[in-house]
Amino acid sequence: MRHIISVLLENEAGALSRVAGLFSARGYNIESLTVAPTDDPSLSRMTLVTTGNEHVIEQIKKQLHKLIDTVKLLDLSEGTHIEREMMLIKVRAEGPDREELKRLADIFRAKIIDVTDTSYVVELTGSSSKLDAYIEAVPEGRIIEVVRSGPTGIARGPKGLSL
Amino acid sequence: MELSGAEIVVQALIDEGVEYVFGYPGGAVLHIYDALFHQDRIRHILVRHEQGATHAADGYARSTGKCGVCLVTSGPGATNAVTGIATAYMDSIPLVVLTGQVPTPVIGSDAFQEVDTVGITRPCVKHNFLVKDRKELALTIRKAFYIATSGRPGPVVVDIPKDVTDPNIRIPYDYPKEIQMRSYNPAKRGHLGQIKKAVEAILQAKRPIFYTGGGVILGEASQRLRELVALTGFPITSTLMGLGAYPASDQKFLGMLGMHGTYEANMAMHEADTLIAIGARFDDRVTGKIEHFSPHAKIIHIDIDPSSISKNVRVDIPIVGPVDSVLADMLRLLREQDMRPDQQALADWWNQIERWRARQCLAYDRNSQRIKPQFAVETLYKVTQGNLYLTSDVGQHQMFAAQFYPFEEPRRWINSGGLGTMGFGLPAAVGVQLAHPDAQVACISGEASILMCIQELATCKQYDLPLKIILLNNGYMGMVRQWQEFFYESRYSHSYVDALPDFVRLAESFGHVGMRIERPADLEPAMREAFSRRDQLVFLDVVVDPTENVYPMIEAGKGHHEMHLSPDRELA
Repeated sequence: MRHIISVLLENEAGALSRVAGLFSARGYNIESLTVAPTDDPSLSRMTLVTTGNEHVIEQIKKQLHKLIDTVKLLDLSEGTHIEREMMLIKVRAEGPDREELKRLADIFRAKIIDVTDTSYVVELTGSSSKLDAYIEAVPEGRIIEVVRSGPTGIARGPKGLSL
Repeated sequence: MELSGAEIVVQALIDEGVEYVFGYPGGAVLHIYDALFHQDRIRHILVRHEQGATHAADGYARSTGKCGVCLVTSGPGATNAVTGIATAYMDSIPLVVLTGQVPTPVIGSDAFQEVDTVGITRPCVKHNFLVKDRKELALTIRKAFYIATSGRPGPVVVDIPKDVTDPNIRIPYDYPKEIQMRSYNPAKRGHLGQIKKAVEAILQAKRPIFYTGGGVILGEASQRLRELVALTGFPITSTLMGLGAYPASDQKFLGMLGMHGTYEANMAMHEADTLIAIGARFDDRVTGKIEHFSPHAKIIHIDIDPSSISKNVRVDIPIVGPVDSVLADMLRLLREQDMRPDQQALADWWNQIERWRARQCLAYDRNSQRIKPQFAVETLYKVTQGNLYLTSDVGQHQMFAAQFYPFEEPRRWINSGGLGTMGFGLPAAVGVQLAHPDAQVACISGEASILMCIQELATCKQYDLPLKIILLNNGYMGMVRQWQEFFYESRYSHSYVDALPDFVRLAESFGHVGMRIERPADLEPAMREAFSRRDQLVFLDVVVDPTENVYPMIEAGKGHHEMHLSPDRELA
């Protein structure tokens, strides 16, 4: 089963490689991993998406927690939460495609943020499946480049993952 | 007080109460070595290879409970230390390993003797640090000792670039007394609700067994364990790492369990209805095939490390906490209870266990014309009467020692269990002897293992360490040969150690005493003589039967009930 796990880490050099190393050393799946400092510059927040059975996920959480740099950890999948991923996608936009791709961006509430005679860069935010759907919808052969951030997430409700 | 980086390193070690630093100098740590030269509080022990430094610090730590400390240079100094760091990591031994690094401005430039020490050691340390600012040195070293020795102990590497230890730049020094880390808070006590559940399960047990490991020793819980076994009257078995936590001579002790464990211990594990695992981690050498492991048992697991719980085997009642404190709570709750476990069921269980014990699974040929390795270990016990710290290398001799030397006290049996590091025994004994200068210390080894760190014989000479080396020389990598005999139709591929040195002359060339013993009748007098030489290292080259195998044996991937007892006494 897919899990999305948020981790508050000490913002130390090497913290990211400890997490990445843990996943490779123990053979855990890792679908995506994003990390950036928080409002408190001494803390980084990492969001990682992984898959595994209940037993594996339990071990992943314990092993993450065991890392000395880990301050707090939350499995967002255990409660209601919001997930968002951002995508920048560069598409070939020539002739009749220009209108078609513009309409597609409107339908998906995406933004066109760069325009040349032959291309658009489209920015799209949403769930990972929405981003997948957009990619599917782009006419065959028009995609030049896809950049995805990997999902980030936050729990619903007033409680926060903070110190 | 204003100190240079190098002086801060040394002063911080003094402030930690460090007695010994095991190390080897080199370019990147020369400032630190110069600072060591100017003090007399810490004794530096010069090893002959950095692997030896880590094992010696490890032996010191295992035999005392204190943190072992090493100091090695950058590049090859650090990589040579990795085996010892990994050895300590697998057995949860507290070490602080200080490694030199090239100066910060050249890090990443493939400078002379540069390696990414933090990167290389990351998977085999509890934590590691690269100190880029001398102002961080004192706090980082404080953190390193705190992390290494608290919670589930383990090695911590502190990588120190040479410019950070520059003797010409001085900064104020203040060693932090208390340390708080928001990201690291090991459990201080077990959850009382869980402990109550465990006590209820203990009271309802009909076929119980204690399964105890190295955590009991690391957690200083031997005394409480003894009380708990006495109070319940339950049988107890131990892992290789836990030997000595409970006295081997006691009737309730069933011997070691696992791949080369006793018949009675493994059968009791298999038939138990209640398993109380204390400071043990359900290692594959203990459990055998997981599907067959203790199939009827309700499992209670006490461990300081939450990630040990339900890692390999699903646990019914997990208790996270320091073993000693949890056992204290358990004892208190049990004593408050009027109820006792079903005594009739317990008596029946003991009857069953005694029938298993009567099979005498450790029997061997006592009339052999050759020295049997088992006989050699029994003779070692006869001569030393348990008044011994015994380190071991890895292989058949290690298993024979675990089976045949009855350890009565914790921290007396010192061996590499998790990583299985050949070469561990001799340098570990260096650390043990330094920690216990008046005690008898022996290293049991094989002719293959001993050669892996033989250079430490020079260290023993330099510091006059009167170790006794008991070399069980069978001319083979015995455990490899045993597996090849069993599983590869006796094709002894590269397990024969041809061109062995003359160990007597080898020992003599290092300035020690060497003796070769070939006949059973000569063994005891030779051992007595060796131990009577209180000031000399004696290297006993004991020629043992090369065909002897370690029994009982559970093949990898088999269950506890599927034991080989001997070539002619198959399966249980």
